[in-house]
Amino acid sequence: MKFLQNIFDSARPVVTTGKLKPLYPLYNALETMLFVPDHNAKSGAHVRDAIDLKRTMITVIFALIPALIFGMFNAGYQHYRALGLLNDAIGWLQFFTLDNFLFGAIKVIPMIAVTYIAGLGIEIYFAYRNSHAVNEGFLVSGLLIPMTMPIDMPLWMVAISTIFAVLIGKEVFGGTGMNILNPALTARAFAFFAYPSFMSGDKVWINTTTGQGEALVDGFSGATALGQYATTGGTTYSAWDAFLGIIPGSIGETSTLLILLGGIYLIATGIGSWKIMLSSLFGAIAISLIFNLVAPNMISPEQQGFLSIPFYFHLVFGSWAFSTVFMATDPVSASHTEKGKWIYGFFIGFLGIMIRVFNPAYPEGMMLAILFMNVMAPLIDHYVVEGNVKKRLKRLKLSTK
Amino acid sequence: MSKTHIIRKGLNLPLLGEPSEKVNSSGFSSSFALRPSEFIGLNPKLNVKVGDKVKAGECIFHDKSNDKILVTSPVSGEITAIDRGPKRRLDAIVIRPEEKCHYVNFGKEFPFEKEKIISKLLLSGAWTLLQMRPYGCIANPMDSPKAIFVNGMASSPFASKPSISLKGKEEFFAAGLKVLNALSGKTVLSISSNEESKILLHAEGVELHRFSGPHPSGNTSVHISKVSPINKGDIVWTIAALDVAIIGQLFISGEYHLDRLVAAGGSGMKEPGYFNVRGGQSMSVFFNENVKPGNYRFISGSVLTGNNIGKEGYLGYLTKQITIIPEGENTDFLGWVLPGFDKYSFSKAYFSWLFPNRKYNLTTKLNGEERAFVVTGQYDKVFPFDIFPNQLLKSIWAEDLEKMEELGIYEIVPEDFALCEVICTSKQPLQEMVRKGLDVLYAEMN
Repeated sequence: MKFLQNIFDSARPVVTTGKLKPLYPLYNALETMLFVPDHNAKSGAHVRDAIDLKRTMITVIFALIPALIFGMFNAGYQHYRALGLLNDAIGWLQFFTLDNFLFGAIKVIPMIAVTYIAGLGIEIYFAYRNSHAVNEGFLVSGLLIPMTMPIDMPLWMVAISTIFAVLIGKEVFGGTGMNILNPALTARAFAFFAYPSFMSGDKVWINTTTGQGEALVDGFSGATALGQYATTGGTTYSAWDAFLGIIPGSIGETSTLLILLGGIYLIATGIGSWKIMLSSLFGAIAISLIFNLVAPNMISPEQQGFLSIPFYFHLVFGSWAFSTVFMATDPVSASHTEKGKWIYGFFIGFLGIMIRVFNPAYPEGMMLAILFMNVMAPLIDHYVVEGNVKKRLKRLKLSTK
Repeated sequence: MSKTHIIRKGLNLPLLGEPSEKVNSSGFSSSFALRPSEFIGLNPKLNVKVGDKVKAGECIFHDKSNDKILVTSPVSGEITAIDRGPKRRLDAIVIRPEEKCHYVNFGKEFPFEKEKIISKLLLSGAWTLLQMRPYGCIANPMDSPKAIFVNGMASSPFASKPSISLKGKEEFFAAGLKVLNALSGKTVLSISSNEESKILLHAEGVELHRFSGPHPSGNTSVHISKVSPINKGDIVWTIAALDVAIIGQLFISGEYHLDRLVAAGGSGMKEPGYFNVRGGQSMSVFFNENVKPGNYRFISGSVLTGNNIGKEGYLGYLTKQITIIPEGENTDFLGWVLPGFDKYSFSKAYFSWLFPNRKYNLTTKLNGEERAFVVTGQYDKVFPFDIFPNQLLKSIWAEDLEKMEELGIYEIVPEDFALCEVICTSKQPLQEMVRKGLDVLYAEMN
């Protein structure tokens, strides 16, 4: 590793002085990524924990990778299945094939690259402008954004959504640690409202490009389970398939199983808040049970059908799992107090499923629920903190009596 | 019967170099120094010049805003240098000690009037051993505190155990407590739940409270918060058990002996153990004799709150322990990506959690760089107060005095944030921030 260090050492004078100075944040980011610097504690405690923001972020990335890889297989699998090129008799053997993976990877990797280049470009510019180091927060956002997109999202739309999210969602508020909304969901919301025809409906979740001599199978519909529920009140997908993830959907959201594993890893490492995840689960179950109760009173059979599905369907279809584990737990945009996290998480699950069921225009309610609760989080924190302040005032009053 | 308070949140750092109970002598020191910066809240004005001869207990400098608060010499000898920093700020007063120490005699009588006791403490310099809350600075003799809290615990890494450090000083300790009782109506002594030392268990005239649990269970703020929380307007004085014995000795012998038996620990020590030292003494001989060869950090105090004094440095006037740990060297190739089986972390983000009982040779490395506050709920795990640490820090950051008050800044001092600082993902200088917040508030309120 000595020679790598030498390269950086020899480049240092170039980027710290002269015309290339704007590149310093980039240089610094690269160097500190390769080598954790030998900085020593100067004031305060003389020993420090090995954890830093980079480790925190890479831990989330470790948790995301299984779902991401699965998403690549699934993109190929859904495509070839739509074209009737798969032999259903051999089951899982036809899922984990190189063809499936390559099909997905060729689509997904450019999306990831575009997101990182667009997002980090802006981060580096602001790091230079405000003369601070590049914060690592975008390492996760940059992976989350493509994972929430449909497989056929044009790259330029991904880029613009990312730029919007980083600029308006984050930098205008003061950069990492200051943002109110979750940057990854801001990007998705932007794409959702700016390019609705690419982000919703029945046509976008599976790549149906046909080559020469290929055709879609008879009766093909690319609708997601939630899309089917919203229109017909039922679904053709089984909950088990949905749990495993072999259903159409955004790239990273389909496999509840792998997201669950990621969630367990985040909780075990202490990086993700188990309180938010658990309370979102409670919220989702609570509203599902309420829906089950009121379902018979609905007039339209579609509504009756959608309202009467058992709660575990809601947990495996759509993005409840992905949103709960990876989006709601973003520490900056979530509630900052431990008590607040319970309330915040509960309403994400509660509202997410509610929007999903009641508003057929937004079959995916989780995104809106989280963004809404992001905005509400400071209010929740305010009242939680206020409770502590009041306790202190009460103690003062008692002591002066 | 004493009450036991159980502290659940906290952390005992798994460090190598635990001091044994063996007591060693540290030898004669050829130089002493007093550093005014160590006395928080004191604005120094010199009483001596280079070449002056002083006795142990004679005033070296006093507080500009209260000329009754004196800092006195720990030894008799000659002032050899007065070091100044930028803007002629007083850095250190260096004293060359005589072979035989001559003490100022403050009289052996034990006065019963509070005023006389206070004036004896002030005159001898022993007053500076008393701290006040809020603000964590030198106590103001004009105040009447609601209680005095004596800290008889040692929960921070390698801290000197009062049961060892006070051995043979039973009489002094008891007399010291008597002095404190005369100063305030209530004296609280906090000890560890498994303390067996008679000197602490049978202390007279005190309200005894026991505390169990990981550090910071031994921090005075924790004791105050459990026994009698500080409200706005309250004043509490605090003192360490080791210093109570120094006060007791002053009243019994009439002389001010700043001697303490302190623990010296850390992986840099050849034989970690207990040493007799005197506040302000030059440590270069001690370090030469007792520290392994290598690049070390020489800390007067603990790894959590001590001062880096360097190899040629002087022990702090108030210091009750010494710690030697390696300086961090070398960058760490892809250290943040690799499993990290050998990296200590309070979180489980590195796979070192697979070895829960391992002790670590931690260096002074920051293990990362300063970043914005991102992670939440992290400090709460080692912060056993009914206070929101992130919110309080942010109010300090914004210099919002009203918010600081509301969120409980009166109840804490910088050392309470030391563990938060250790485990902070964003590597923020929390103790420095808290000190600044307290200073701003102090300036505003007084």
